[in-house]
Amino acid sequence: MTAIQSTPSAKQTDPYLKAFERFEQAGASAQPSWLFPLRKAGIARFAELGFPTLKHENWRFTNVAPIAKLPFKPVLDATASGLTRDALAQFPFAKLPGTRLVFVNGHFAAELSTAPAQQNGIKVGNLAAALKTDSALIEKHLGRYVRTEDNAFAALNNAFFQDGGFVYVPAGQTIEEPVQFLFINTSKDAGATTHPRNLIIAERDAKATVIESYVSLASAPTFTNAVTEFALGDNAVVEHCKFQDESIEAFHIAALQSHLGHKVNFSSHSIATGAKLSRNNLRTTLDGERIEAILNGVYLTNGDQLADHYMIVDHAKPNCASHEYFNGILAGKSKGVFHGRILVRPDAQKTDAKQTNKNLLLSDDATADTKPQLEIYADDVKCTHGATIGQLNDESIYYLRSRGIGLETARRMLIHAFAGEIIDRVKHDALREELDVLVWDRLEQLESVAVGK
Amino acid sequence: MSQQPILAIQNLHAGVEEKKILKGINLVIRPGEVHAIMGPNGSGKSTLAAILAGRDAYDVTAGEVIYEGKDLLAMDPEVRAREGVFLAFQYPVEIPGVNSTYFLRAALNECRKHKGQPELDAMEFLTLVKEKMKLLELKEDLLKRAVNVGFSGGEKKRNEIFQMAVLEPKLAVLDETDSGLDIDALKIVSHGVNTLKSPTNATLMITHYQRLLDYIVPDFVHVLWDGRIVKSGGKELALELEEKGYDWLIKHDAAKA
Repeated sequence: MTAIQSTPSAKQTDPYLKAFERFEQAGASAQPSWLFPLRKAGIARFAELGFPTLKHENWRFTNVAPIAKLPFKPVLDATASGLTRDALAQFPFAKLPGTRLVFVNGHFAAELSTAPAQQNGIKVGNLAAALKTDSALIEKHLGRYVRTEDNAFAALNNAFFQDGGFVYVPAGQTIEEPVQFLFINTSKDAGATTHPRNLIIAERDAKATVIESYVSLASAPTFTNAVTEFALGDNAVVEHCKFQDESIEAFHIAALQSHLGHKVNFSSHSIATGAKLSRNNLRTTLDGERIEAILNGVYLTNGDQLADHYMIVDHAKPNCASHEYFNGILAGKSKGVFHGRILVRPDAQKTDAKQTNKNLLLSDDATADTKPQLEIYADDVKCTHGATIGQLNDESIYYLRSRGIGLETARRMLIHAFAGEIIDRVKHDALREELDVLVWDRLEQLESVAVGK
Repeated sequence: MSQQPILAIQNLHAGVEEKKILKGINLVIRPGEVHAIMGPNGSGKSTLAAILAGRDAYDVTAGEVIYEGKDLLAMDPEVRAREGVFLAFQYPVEIPGVNSTYFLRAALNECRKHKGQPELDAMEFLTLVKEKMKLLELKEDLLKRAVNVGFSGGEKKRNEIFQMAVLEPKLAVLDETDSGLDIDALKIVSHGVNTLKSPTNATLMITHYQRLLDYIVPDFVHVLWDGRIVKSGGKELALELEEKGYDWLIKHDAAKA
C-alpha cells in the first residue's frame, strides 16, 4: 500500500489522506475487491482537487472554507444509538407506510428500521449488507454515474462511504409504498463526518418512490457528505424526495446523480430547510429518448444559513423534456444560491427544457445568487430559463386585506403559496400533504413572515 | 331621513405626493340607496374607490370619511372589509398558489368573527358558496383554482361580485365593474348586484359609461370632474350625459363658475 502524496498547495487535504490510510488498514479493502480501486481513485482525486474555493466558477457563491477548517473525524464505527423506535416518531414521514431504513451517524440501525418485504426479486436494504449479498449487481452501478472529475466531495465519498440505502427493483416490478432512508445525526463532536451512500436501481418498467431524510438530534458543526445514485432503466417511473433538515450548525454536501434510460419518468424534489451550509449537486443525464425529468425544490433559510442548489441537466438524446423549478424563501441574513445549467448535446434535437428559479427575500439582509445557464449544441430545441429575486407582491397583499384577511395572514398565505407551487408537484399524496404541513410549520416559525423586514 | 348614513364623505382632498387628485368630495349614502359616480378618465373615480377600500398609495390631505358613524380612514383595509366595506376591483389581481376556496373561506370567517358570528366549517361554507356561484353563473371548478389565475376577464369580474355575494357587505363599491364585460356577462353581474340589494345596504358604482346603469338603476348619479362632484341628480342625469357627453357638463359648469 502506497501512501498518496498531496501537493504542497493542498495541505488541507492531508488529514483526509491520513484518515484514509487508517480506514484502509482497518479493513476497507476487505469489502468486495472491486470496491477498493474506487476508493483509492476517490482519495487520489480528492487529493488532486482539494477543497473548492470561491475562485472555482461552480463555487463562486458558496464558501466551503469552514468545512475545510473542521477537524476531519469520519465516524467509522457504529455506536449504540440509544434511540428507541418511539423516538423516531418526532421525525418527518414517520407515519408513511412502507420500508424505513434508519442510519445513525451514517451506520445502519437495524433495530430502528422496519423490515422490508422482499418479494418478486425486489431488494431493499442497507448498502453495506447488500455489498456482501449482491456484490455483482452493485458493481455494475455503484460509482458509475457520479462524476468526481470536478467534485472533490463526491470523490471523498467514494473513498470513505460505508453505508446507506440500497433499492433494487427488477424489470416490471413496483414497490407500492415509499422506501425511506432516514439519516439521523446524533453527534455533538465538531468535525464528525459521515458519508452516506445510496444506490437506487430500477430496471425497465419498474416503479418506486424513494425518500431520503437528513436530520439532527444535536446541534454541532458536523459534516454530512452524501452521494445518491439513480440508475433507471427504460420506462421506469421513479419519484424521489430529499428532505434536508440538519441542525443549523451542520454542514451538508450531497450529490444526486441520475442516469435515465428511454421514456423514463423521473421526478426529484429537494426540500432544504436545515444546515448552516448546504449544497446539493444534482446531475441528471438523459441518456434515452422521450424522457420526462423534473427537478423541483424549495429552500427555506433563516439566520446565517446558506442553501445552494447546483445542477446540470445533460440532454444526450433527442425528444426529451426536462423541467427545473426551484423556489427560495430567505429570511434573516441567509443566502440562497442557485446554479442551473442545461446542456443540450448535438444529438438532442427536439429537446424541451425549462428552468426557473424564484427567490423571495423576507428581510433586507437576505440575499440570493442565481445563475441560469443554457449550453445548446442542437438547433431544433425549445429551451427557456428565468430567475427572479424579490419581495412579496404589495398588490396581492392589498387584495387579500381588502377581503378582510389581516396583514400577517395575508403575508403567510402568499409565502405559503410560494412554497406550495413546489410542494404541489410532489405526486405521492401522503408525502405531499406532510411536506406541505412541514414547510408551513417552518414558515410559521419565521418572525419575518409576520412582521416583514 | 333620520336614518344614519352608511357613508358620509366630507370635503375629501387626496392625492399622490404633490399631485392633487380629489379636491373636496362631498357625498352621503344612506341605507337602501344605489349611487353612481360617473366621470371622464382621470377625474379621480378610481382614486376615490381606492381610498374607500384603504389603499395606502394615496395621501388624504383634508376632509373625512365617516362610515356608520366611525372614522373609515383610520381603519386598516382588513378592518374596513370586516366592518362591511367591499371593493370590487377594476383589475382583480391574480394570486398564484392561493386556492380560491381557502382564501374566500378565510375572508368570510374573519368577517364573521369580527361580527361575533361563529365561523363556518368546510361543509357549511361549501353549501353557501354553491348557492352564490349559481347566482353569478360561475363554474364550480373555478373554486379549485388559485385566486383569479386562469380566469378570463369576464370571470374575474364575476368572481368579484361572487365574493361580494359571499361576504354580504353593507357598502359595496364597484370600480368599473362593467369594463371589459360583454353584454351577457354584464347582465349576469347586474343580476347579481341587484339580487344582493337590500334596504339595509348600499351600492356605489363607479363607471365611465351609462351602459351599466341600464341594468343596475341608480337612485342618484354624480358627475366627478377634476376631483370634484360637479353635478348630482337622478338616473336621468346619466342619460343626459350619455346624450350630450361630458364636455357639455364641463362647459356648463365652467360657464356657471
